[in-house]
Amino acid sequence: MNRLAEGGRLGLALRLLAVSLSLVLALSPSVSAAAPDPIRLGEISSLTGKEAAFGQQAHRGILMAVDEVNARGGVLGRPLVLLAEDNQSKPGDSATIAKKLVSRDKVVALISSATSSQCLEMAPIAQAAKIPFVSTTATAAEVTEKRDYIFRSCFIDPFQGAVLAKFAVGTLKAKRIALVTSVSTSYSVGLSKVFRERLASLGGEIAIDQKYSEGDKDFRAQLTAIKAAKPDAIAVTGFYTEAALLCKQARDLGLTQPIFGGDGWEAPELIEIGGKAVEGTYYVSHYSSESTAPEVRTFVEKYRTRFNGETPDSNAPLAYDAALITIEAIARAGTTEGPKLRDALAATKNFPGVTGRTTIDSQRNASKSAVMLTVKNGKVGYVETIDP
Amino acid sequence: MSEFLQQLINGLSLGAIYALIALGYTMVYGVLRFINFAHSDVFMVGSFIGYYLGKHIPENTVWGGIVILLGAMLGCALLGMLIERLAYRPLRGAATLNVLITAIGVSLLLEYSGQVFFGATPRTFPAVFPSANFNFGNLVISTNQIIVIAVAALLMVGLQLIVYRTKIGTAMRAVSLNPKAAQLVGVNNDVVISFTFGLGSALAGAGGILYALNYPSIDPLMGVMPGLKAFVAAVLGGIGNIPGAALGGLLLGTVETFVNGSQWSTYKDAIAFAILIIILLFRPAGLLGKFTVEKV
Repeated sequence: MNRLAEGGRLGLALRLLAVSLSLVLALSPSVSAAAPDPIRLGEISSLTGKEAAFGQQAHRGILMAVDEVNARGGVLGRPLVLLAEDNQSKPGDSATIAKKLVSRDKVVALISSATSSQCLEMAPIAQAAKIPFVSTTATAAEVTEKRDYIFRSCFIDPFQGAVLAKFAVGTLKAKRIALVTSVSTSYSVGLSKVFRERLASLGGEIAIDQKYSEGDKDFRAQLTAIKAAKPDAIAVTGFYTEAALLCKQARDLGLTQPIFGGDGWEAPELIEIGGKAVEGTYYVSHYSSESTAPEVRTFVEKYRTRFNGETPDSNAPLAYDAALITIEAIARAGTTEGPKLRDALAATKNFPGVTGRTTIDSQRNASKSAVMLTVKNGKVGYVETIDP
Repeated sequence: MSEFLQQLINGLSLGAIYALIALGYTMVYGVLRFINFAHSDVFMVGSFIGYYLGKHIPENTVWGGIVILLGAMLGCALLGMLIERLAYRPLRGAATLNVLITAIGVSLLLEYSGQVFFGATPRTFPAVFPSANFNFGNLVISTNQIIVIAVAALLMVGLQLIVYRTKIGTAMRAVSLNPKAAQLVGVNNDVVISFTFGLGSALAGAGGILYALNYPSIDPLMGVMPGLKAFVAAVLGGIGNIPGAALGGLLLGTVETFVNGSQWSTYKDAIAFAILIIILLFRPAGLLGKFTVEKV
């Protein structure tokens, strides 16, 4: 009996071993199959073309955010994969790419550093697919209007226009302003509209209204008309390439008035193309790299180490914040399902980003303060912070 | 009044560049009876040659500027002749439509190879010539505007001399008049056509440099709009007619500038093209062109 019992115990042990072995063998393939599926994030940026300066910086910002989260072990125990696509700064391409990312690549959220016009192309596609879409720099008010899956991590043009009007009347002491609008972008048209209204309410007036289209290179005709109107200052609400050429031609024609613009001016190319002509011009921005806030210092430091000592303008931190806000929302939602992720994004409160504390309001816009920057000795300097 | 004169100066310097490009369209049309759509992209290549040369030649010197101008003209002349040899010559004698479509193909090839080789990001063109501004009362003229108008005028006079005072110019006119008859009297058509492409492309190269001097942001698609305007200028002046192309360019540049300075600036291209339509309604062959009946 004893031996039998012993043999039985041995047999049991052997059987247990065999079972556990077979279990391990049976489980091992399914273990690797259950290795966490990556979460796919889609990015659409202008990596080449006219607005490439925006897209390149923004892409780096998003990349930094994704790599940092992956280094911490990802989110929901799954790694993040960034699928970045280029819209070549062309109208029409963004919509095609958004469709591809949503239907073929099955991304859980879209992040885009494209301009307002381009974001307006993508917004209906994201909305229809119930995929949250976070824009990093599209400041035109209409981008998030009427579509509850569209968010942004930057301030909006009505606020920016008010900042510009306040700056013109308060800081520059300018009453009569010449306004130059790029009529082919929703960004510039919207900004000019708000600026005109706010300027009137602050007691200023538009001395002369001039227009141009994207891609124009000759502004001498408009500037000659502006010269004859003798304004106190010139507001240019378009993007950096045209703004730089315009400043150059304005100085050539002997216009010495201060020139200022919106956040569309922010790019190294402004100084590269404009040279001496952009000295003493002003523009609105989302953050200043000279700020002493700890979030800004760490971010600038990390950016410089990773990208050969370059100093980021506001496109990189805005995109970095947008990516982190999205990732944080995924963590809070506990899932990557569109509707739940949307609700989590909409509930974002006081997110401590590089560009300030971000709260997503009921219109899915980020509310935070703006800074005025100026070009001095070929470098960008801080002027003042203007609150909403 | 001073505003009017200032706009006139602005318009003339813009028009001079259109005129230079228009000359290339008109010369090729005059000799071969087809529109070389790749011409506007040769113009783009011209400014990129200037951009790369500018990295090795000191900025703000007169001799440096001249070297860059001549370098771009030479580079574009070679490119123009190469395009003719590879793309158009094999189609000589084929239907005009085939050559036209080939021209569009070459144009797209240059634009998109440009994006591959130069990158789609706009580049900042160096200030190759020393620049200064001259004030006459309220009028301001920059050295760049003077250089544009002077170089354009010089090249146009030079072109006129080549076409009417040299042997090769006589041969060009002979081929233009009747290619078969020209061949019968001993003109080598291939050489003449190759020369025409070289000459026209050199002018486009010069136009590219002058354009980039005034608007120092260049990219591979920069030739599209000026090319279209220059084509319109050539038609406006009477396609195939050299002084006509110059006149058309200046006219278009001036009209565009005046509309741009007015409150209708949004419609500047629409107005410029409407004027083209009106002129063509009254003078179907263009301002200086002669209307000829095509014999079947």
